[in-house]
Amino acid sequence: MLAAWAIGTSSFEGIDWTTLAVLALLSVIFESAPALLNSKNASVSLSYSAGLASVVLLGPAGAAIVGASAILAWRRDMGLVKRLFNGAQFALAGYLSGVVYIAAGGTTGKPSDGSFPGIIEPYLGAVVTYVAVNLALIGVVLVLTKTAPVWGFRWRPIGNLAAGQLAYGMFGLLVAAPWGLIGPFSAVLVLLPMLLARWAFEQTSAQQQAHAATIAALCQAVETKDYYTRGHSERVSRGSAMIAQAIGMRPERVGAIRYAGMLHDVGKLGVPTKVLQKSGDLTEEEFAAIQLHPMRGLEIVREIGFLDEALAGIMHHHEKIDGTGYPMGLAGSEIPEFARVISVADAFDSMTSTRSYRAARSLEEGIAELRRSAGTHFDPGLVEAFIAALESEGWTQPDPVAPPEGEDVETTQQDHDDPSAPLRVASEGVR
Amino acid sequence: MSAPASAPVSRPGRQRPAWQSLDSAQLLLIAVAGMLVIASVTQVGAVGLKDSRTAILFGGLIAVGELLRMIMPGNREVAPIASAGALGYALLLRVGSEPATHSAFQAVTVTACGTLIGALPHIAVGRIPALDAMARRILSPALVAFVFRPLGHSSLRQHWPLLITVMALTVMLACLAEVVVAATIRAEAAHTRFGIALGDEIRAKMPLCASSGATGMLIAVSMFVMGPVALLVFTAPILVTQVAFRRFAGIRATYLQTVRALSRVTEVGGYVETGHSRRVSALAVGMGRELGMTEEALLELEYAALMHDIGQLSLRDPIPGGATVLASPSEQRRIAGLGAGVITKTGVLHEVAEIVRRQSEPYRAAEGSAPPLASRVIKVANAYDDLVGASSDRDRSAAVLERLRGDSAAEYDPTVVEALGHVVDRMR
Repeated sequence: MLAAWAIGTSSFEGIDWTTLAVLALLSVIFESAPALLNSKNASVSLSYSAGLASVVLLGPAGAAIVGASAILAWRRDMGLVKRLFNGAQFALAGYLSGVVYIAAGGTTGKPSDGSFPGIIEPYLGAVVTYVAVNLALIGVVLVLTKTAPVWGFRWRPIGNLAAGQLAYGMFGLLVAAPWGLIGPFSAVLVLLPMLLARWAFEQTSAQQQAHAATIAALCQAVETKDYYTRGHSERVSRGSAMIAQAIGMRPERVGAIRYAGMLHDVGKLGVPTKVLQKSGDLTEEEFAAIQLHPMRGLEIVREIGFLDEALAGIMHHHEKIDGTGYPMGLAGSEIPEFARVISVADAFDSMTSTRSYRAARSLEEGIAELRRSAGTHFDPGLVEAFIAALESEGWTQPDPVAPPEGEDVETTQQDHDDPSAPLRVASEGVR
Repeated sequence: MSAPASAPVSRPGRQRPAWQSLDSAQLLLIAVAGMLVIASVTQVGAVGLKDSRTAILFGGLIAVGELLRMIMPGNREVAPIASAGALGYALLLRVGSEPATHSAFQAVTVTACGTLIGALPHIAVGRIPALDAMARRILSPALVAFVFRPLGHSSLRQHWPLLITVMALTVMLACLAEVVVAATIRAEAAHTRFGIALGDEIRAKMPLCASSGATGMLIAVSMFVMGPVALLVFTAPILVTQVAFRRFAGIRATYLQTVRALSRVTEVGGYVETGHSRRVSALAVGMGRELGMTEEALLELEYAALMHDIGQLSLRDPIPGGATVLASPSEQRRIAGLGAGVITKTGVLHEVAEIVRRQSEPYRAAEGSAPPLASRVIKVANAYDDLVGASSDRDRSAAVLERLRGDSAAEYDPTVVEALGHVVDRMR
């Protein structure tokens, strides 16, 4: 309503209708295919550039019309109401930032030789207004439709969104600057690299998903050897990420620990099946073979361009805080953080899954066991962080499995991950 | 869309100095670039540098761009920001109210100096640039400068739409020339057909060529309006492009590394001989090139070859020696099916799964269509490596080739076996 009023009451004298038509067209095109900015929800479209270019070239009224053209955006996933809202939102943002631009001393029209650098200050004002009005309107709608709480917005994603919008908004000046010389061609020259960049970002995120899916599938293939440990890697990966988020790791590190958790037992394949499935006591040699599996895992994944941290996490995930773990017998803070995190998730999943020699323990029993071994086996801080995360996010225990019928069923008779039922080694008793 | 591994199949044990490993086309290109640079520097030295401030600004931008150079999939070295800067300087006609009257020779000199300065830090830490790529980064803007600068100084400069069209055409011409040269070099180095190499090169290079070209033109035009500030401001869009493509190249490389690394689980588990997956994939990719597959198809072939034995993970006991060629046909088919099942679970690599599924089928099947080319290639490469292994015994490899030839027409595709012969010859 407000937007319609703004358009209706302003004067249209001196507006270059060709410029307006071109910018409106651009706005429609870009609004039809917004770019995803890292996350699924925060999409920024290049129409911000068109909208702000129109502030300089056309003034408030023109900017409002260019903004309103977003109504025509061709998007299947958007209802008419949402489109109307978007159009009104952009129109209002365009109008208000146009007013700010002029109030700050900017002149409307094609920039000429003398426009720089004086134009920059009013333009900054216009960009900030444009982004602020857009965010505020979106915020109001989210609150009204009760998809967001009135208080307690999560500020970080909003900050990212605003940064992306400000950057895209700045490109509007780049579009406007050479417009006087080469007209609409300037929009093509500025926005072509941006469109290609957007394409590359999309390709990148598709490849990232494919990469994660491929790792998951290959880890599953490794697990099929043992009926009882299916899904273990995936759950350890999830658990490790839960701990990592709970202790406030940066997103890249959380991503890396996801992979490390997924791949932590890949070296188990190097342990002969007969050792994994042995029901009696292990000989020293067989125990040595099991102790070697983190190193085997490292050998396999070393060449992947991971963070070194992820590799250290895989190599040391069986170290214990008191220094009695393997392969190196590191203690306390000598153990890399990733390894300490993975070790907690690993043991917890092992205890709460069914094994051939016992039924799955309940989550409470698993938590109690973690608490009991905190300080000797596990890092107490990480155990508490995990328990807190379990309470807020929950945990999906694997379905109780019954081994398939038939005689050649492959099962593990001892689980090296299970702290509550340590491996039995012939000469030295329990480990 | 792009490339597995680096160009040719590596030749272990024969390290040669860098300049000896260059092909004749590369040497020619580097020589041309070198001579042009020397001629330009001499010419500029004789007449003196015009408008040194602008020259230094552009030289600096090119140096920074060169410093930020990156490797795209297929081992293609690119420096989009440097290219944009060089093109911008070649197309520059006026800075603010001052006309820019520098000659094409000066444009080449500035580009070359910027490129060399930007390359120095890389060389200092031991990263030697790909000389042919560097030569192309100098020659392509040079072409634009020599074509455009004489035109730009004529009466054309008063007439904007025409001028901008000429700019665009010149830049496209330079892009095209660069792609053709790059394809010629690649075809020679990787033993690919020229047509295939050209297609690959166009697909791989066009986005960045277009971005650099657009930004170069934008810089040249906006220098009219904004003066030297334009140089800083208008590199922003291509900076975003650079970041985006660098990320893309990064994830592509990681993906390939992951598949290569994880393909070794079959070796660690004792299912196949050490190095089997990699040798099969190296052979298969070499054969695929020989058979005229595009980079896109080669990447799928490489993934499939690396994972072709993944199905063995589901076996209770490893096949003795891991050689699937010695297993019964039904067993081979079962392993292929299991492997394809694993790959299908990724939800993305459908083509790769299909290649792995059909790898054990004979070339002349009694019923149904022949398996896809990639499957036929893997079948031959796998059989060869199962029988020869890591051995470098020539007689043994010749005997195995002979045996595969004997089986061809029924079991193996004869043209694929011939491609194997060529690849094996080259590796000796």
